[in-house]
Amino acid sequence: MSAPGFTNTDSSAGYSPNSTSNGGSAPPCQNGPLLPHPSMYPPAGYYGAPPPQQSYPGYAASAPSKASLTSSGRGHTYYQNSHRQQQQQQQTQLPQQHVAPSPYTAPPPRQPYATVPSSAPPPSNAQYSQQPFPQQHQTLYANPGSYYGQPSYGASPARHPGLVSPPAGSPGAPVYPNVSYPSAPASGQYGALSSSKSVSGPGVLSTQMGAPLHQFSAPPGYGVAAEHQTVNGKGSTVQNNTHHHQHYDQSPQAPHGYNSYSGGTQSSRGGADGEPPPSGTPSASVHSSPGHHAGLQYGYVANSGASSASATTSAAAPSASSTDDDDEEEEEDEDEEAGGDTSSSSTGSASPVPNNYDSLEGGSYPDSMPPSNNMTNQAPPFGSYGYQSMQPAYPHAPAPHPDASPSHNVYGQPGYQQYSQPFPNLSQLSAALGGLSGVPELEVEALRPVNLLQERNLLPPRPLEAPEPNLSPDLKKVNCSPQTFRCTLTSIPQTQALLNKARLPLGLLLHPFRDLQQLPVITSNTIVRCRSCRTYINPFVTFLDQRRWKCNLCYRVNDVPDEFMYNPVTRSYGEPHKRPEVQNSTVEFIASSDYMLRPPQPAVYLFVLDVSHNAVEAGYLKYFCESLLENLDKLPGDARTRVGFLTFDSTVHFYNLQEGLSQPQMLVVSDIDDVFIPTHDSLMVNLKESKELVKELLSSLPAMFSHSRETHSALGPALQAAFKLMSPTGGRVSVFQTQLPTLGAGKLQSREDPNQRSSTKGVQHLGPATDFYKKLALDCSGQQIGVDLFLLSSQYADLASLACVSKYSAGSVFYYPSFHCVHNPAQLEKFQRDLDRYLTRKIGFEAVMRIRCTKGLSIHTFHGNFFVRSTDLLSLANVNPDSAFAVQMSIEDSLADSSLACFQAALLYTSSKGKRRIRVHTLCLPVVSQLSDVYAGADVQAITCLLANMAIDRSISSSLSDARDALVNAVMDFVSAYKSSVSNLQQSGVVVPAAMRLFPLYILALLKQKALRTGTSTRLDERTFAMCEFKTQPLPQLMRMLHPDLYRLDNMSDQGALHLNDTVVPQPHLLHLSAERLSRDGAFLMDCGNVFYLWISKCCSETFIRDVLGCSDYASIPPNMSRVPELQTPLSERVRAFLDWLQDNRAFSSPIHLVKDDASAKATLFQHLVEDRSDSASSYHEFLQHIQQQMPK
Amino acid sequence: MAFTFAAFCYMLALLLTAALIFFAIWHIIAFDELKTDYKNPIDQCNTLNPLVLPEYLIHVFFCVMFLCAAEWLTLFLNLPLLAYHVWRYVSRPVMSCPGLYDPTTIMNADILAYCQKEGWCKLAFYLLSFFYYLYGMIYVLVSS
Repeated sequence: MSAPGFTNTDSSAGYSPNSTSNGGSAPPCQNGPLLPHPSMYPPAGYYGAPPPQQSYPGYAASAPSKASLTSSGRGHTYYQNSHRQQQQQQQTQLPQQHVAPSPYTAPPPRQPYATVPSSAPPPSNAQYSQQPFPQQHQTLYANPGSYYGQPSYGASPARHPGLVSPPAGSPGAPVYPNVSYPSAPASGQYGALSSSKSVSGPGVLSTQMGAPLHQFSAPPGYGVAAEHQTVNGKGSTVQNNTHHHQHYDQSPQAPHGYNSYSGGTQSSRGGADGEPPPSGTPSASVHSSPGHHAGLQYGYVANSGASSASATTSAAAPSASSTDDDDEEEEEDEDEEAGGDTSSSSTGSASPVPNNYDSLEGGSYPDSMPPSNNMTNQAPPFGSYGYQSMQPAYPHAPAPHPDASPSHNVYGQPGYQQYSQPFPNLSQLSAALGGLSGVPELEVEALRPVNLLQERNLLPPRPLEAPEPNLSPDLKKVNCSPQTFRCTLTSIPQTQALLNKARLPLGLLLHPFRDLQQLPVITSNTIVRCRSCRTYINPFVTFLDQRRWKCNLCYRVNDVPDEFMYNPVTRSYGEPHKRPEVQNSTVEFIASSDYMLRPPQPAVYLFVLDVSHNAVEAGYLKYFCESLLENLDKLPGDARTRVGFLTFDSTVHFYNLQEGLSQPQMLVVSDIDDVFIPTHDSLMVNLKESKELVKELLSSLPAMFSHSRETHSALGPALQAAFKLMSPTGGRVSVFQTQLPTLGAGKLQSREDPNQRSSTKGVQHLGPATDFYKKLALDCSGQQIGVDLFLLSSQYADLASLACVSKYSAGSVFYYPSFHCVHNPAQLEKFQRDLDRYLTRKIGFEAVMRIRCTKGLSIHTFHGNFFVRSTDLLSLANVNPDSAFAVQMSIEDSLADSSLACFQAALLYTSSKGKRRIRVHTLCLPVVSQLSDVYAGADVQAITCLLANMAIDRSISSSLSDARDALVNAVMDFVSAYKSSVSNLQQSGVVVPAAMRLFPLYILALLKQKALRTGTSTRLDERTFAMCEFKTQPLPQLMRMLHPDLYRLDNMSDQGALHLNDTVVPQPHLLHLSAERLSRDGAFLMDCGNVFYLWISKCCSETFIRDVLGCSDYASIPPNMSRVPELQTPLSERVRAFLDWLQDNRAFSSPIHLVKDDASAKATLFQHLVEDRSDSASSYHEFLQHIQQQMPK
Repeated sequence: MAFTFAAFCYMLALLLTAALIFFAIWHIIAFDELKTDYKNPIDQCNTLNPLVLPEYLIHVFFCVMFLCAAEWLTLFLNLPLLAYHVWRYVSRPVMSCPGLYDPTTIMNADILAYCQKEGWCKLAFYLLSFFYYLYGMIYVLVSS
């Protein structure tokens, strides 16, 4: 198989229902990865006896210098690293086995366990199945028929004497150890490094210089012009005899973490008392580790105190009886609504998750214990950003939700008794309620016929939200967030015939790795999955009785494993339907070794930099190096993180950063026809060990090439070298390219004819010119290498060909047209912002994603950046939180026998901390048999995005005009289908249901996009890039790009404003994108997704100009203003609060461009006014008339 | 009854069509495997692509033979497939190696279904033509 990292998500062989023995399961987990890969580890030094002291903490000081300069092992450092990790696993898991049998009954010296109440479950599963279960079985399930039959189960905790939850007030819920990840000792290590740097050995220099020479002349047949230079000839040597073994420190640290955590728990349990204990609130302690990647950087720490306080207050506020319900709902709401909206908070908030897991792996929490789940109890920092417009959809009424997930308050919220009551199973309910039309008035509104030619004000006051699937409230509450998982039709038609009749596409829009505020993480020996279709257990399965569940995708009846009977949240037994897997539609599992084909790879980053004359001229290198230097510590990863650098012009330059060198060595390979790796072990180096060298390289790189006269670019050979360099490990390659590749393999010719830019006939060359980049990407994908492309070109660089390298290796593409560090400050700023986000955002390695759906539905086509490995499996070498996917579906068999259709996306990936994880999203939608129901549930935004993806495929495979025609036809088909479906419709004109009233507008906007427009001058690269964006951007971002949000800023009122923390965020109304809405006396903000335009009209009020812009009058506004000054006026504060709020909702922060009425930049703004007629495209009204004329009578 | 060139052509075509039938069956099986997730599309394309040109060339070869033998009806029957092959190969995706199938698009449901349908149609065509050649051979042998 060409994809070694792909693991057997689906192989039933790997599935071991490991329900009986607990302690025994640890060794296979630990040895599993090693066994199948003996060849990956060179015998020398790895399996060969390691120094005995290596398995113990504290040997660091005595460890010998491990990396000799001439070490020859291929991938030497990698294996050392993974070896260390294995050692660590062994070491940390051993104590677990000892501790495991007796954590509760006989408290070991570790204090935290002693606090566990006596009602806690017994230690082994064997005991569970013998004692408590029959007891419960009688009490709970004596009468299963009535149990499941009744829809409402009032609170009757008294019915279950056997299920006493932990007493309120005692630290009942599992107290999770929380060990800050190993970076804390690292500072000490660096201290040692820098001090030893003063021990300079001038004599070493010669050997240093000599060694690469030898290596270099080794392949004589290549005819290499072997030259290498030492960059700065200082000649000092860093003796690396300090390894860092922070891993090993974890177990000694663990009790501290444990204590601090329980401290935090108590504080949060203390109601409104949000004051952090000395060791910090849970969140604070999580983030206190400096090495923890994203938390610090996004200022999450600053927020976390407030967030924990807000969590507690929200819990304390409601009445006593419903405290828990409310709290959970609050959190769930935040999960669904606020979750992942903002890059700034979410990356940070996602970070507690790995930390928890690390602490688990770190050994304080025995693996062999009954399944534990592990969740973050953090209210998101921006939790009070309530998204008011969505709130009605998620009612806060606590009463009718016995199924409110208890999983969110893990940390010992009192009163779990409430949840130990039996509750009617969701899916049982759903069977009864799912297909019913529960919200008739909403449906009526969605179906109200709208004559578009008459009704002019179509836009809702606030940006459109995803429509609610017509489900029972219980299902609605646990359903997957529309930001993660969205379907074009929230009511799935029963048959393909009905779907065809509706003339709407059926598909999913997925944002699976999105930054989440809150994510239940589940560690369990057994991940419960359907035995036939391998679906993960989810909230929409049916529990037939306590021991059997029915898969909601294939309807097979499965057994509930013993382990699953225990609920770690409530610490009770016999409630499989209350486990977090069954309470949350988005969960993350910690995967066992069954899900690995090789040991989890470390985070590996390779930067491939163009240093040709063109690149130097553009001047990006300096800013890249600055940004990377700044973010070096924030790169996601752990102690195994490795980095490497590679530069190229007409030759390829490698950099030897082996620790112990005094400065980086540049190795030049000029044989680009057969590029080879000059030395294998020292080009990709451990970031921690070689940080000084990396920093030195980054600070000297810009100057090194400042006088380069080399104009050629050998991108292809550089990529080949990068592939060779990375293939042993996999990882991420970031390519920075500034011009058309002109040398070696993969060279390209300019295909753009500038005279054809505004042609209306059709655009050529949208597809790749060569399959070199595609093949390379497939090779990379097979070796788990993701390639991200930054194109900073002022000239045509054939993005259509180059982008293939990212497209099929699951990378991302960034394009900065006419980038120049001096002449184009706007692009420079954007580049810097993007880089900051890019370098620090979460990353998952060696990932695969499988999408399963209810029997009868099948996947038709995927859209996005990936390689499709089989009909429902995507291979993603890297997965990043900013890329989304679209899936076209078709209905193969009738869905008539079920009232619900479910979709499950499971993303298996290796986190940057080297942990294998599975993120599972499940979406549940009703199945309908009436066309009107299909229309009522249509999601116009999702439909537009899916059509955009389809149109782009069409324009590449067929032609642009074909794609445009298809889009117009989509509108016409829909309108005529609706007309024929509504028999009593008397109106003439273009009539659509209200749910789809924006459809023609969005399609017109789509036709005016750079990607699909004709007649307007559009550079080929910009067009291709717009197409790439359409394929990968998540839906909200895409919709803003497609149909920007226009607001009037100068007369914002506080009506409907959001109150967040202390700031008031006004919510101005959306305006139609038409010049007639831009009055001559206003100030308007246009939110285009990746850029803001602030339009100041000629007669704009003096107050606004003075208070917000800080200028005296209109004439004195500088033309290139790109930020709103921080003035202390009320108006300025409101404008900035609004802008900040908008910024928080996106991953990459967008620059603000101020546009004056008279400036030439007016054109860029006016091209976004899609309702107006432009030179080459019709206005909205004309478009509607065109549709009306073309429609069959 | 004499052994003419035309008879020889029919005999040769008979043998070659038998080979083409195997090609078509192989083709169908390969796409079925793709559809049922047994195979990696890259591997599958790597095994299928080298077979495309041989198949086309075999077909072209006995078409030329029939041309030489002046078997106009037979040639006429084969022309549509010949034209289809030419069109198919001209409109193939950008590839540097011979073949038709691109592992990045092959999993697209439309293309997969198209390829499967193509396989079945070709199998039917080859089977029918196999018997036609048998008939033609006997007819030529008997009539001359």
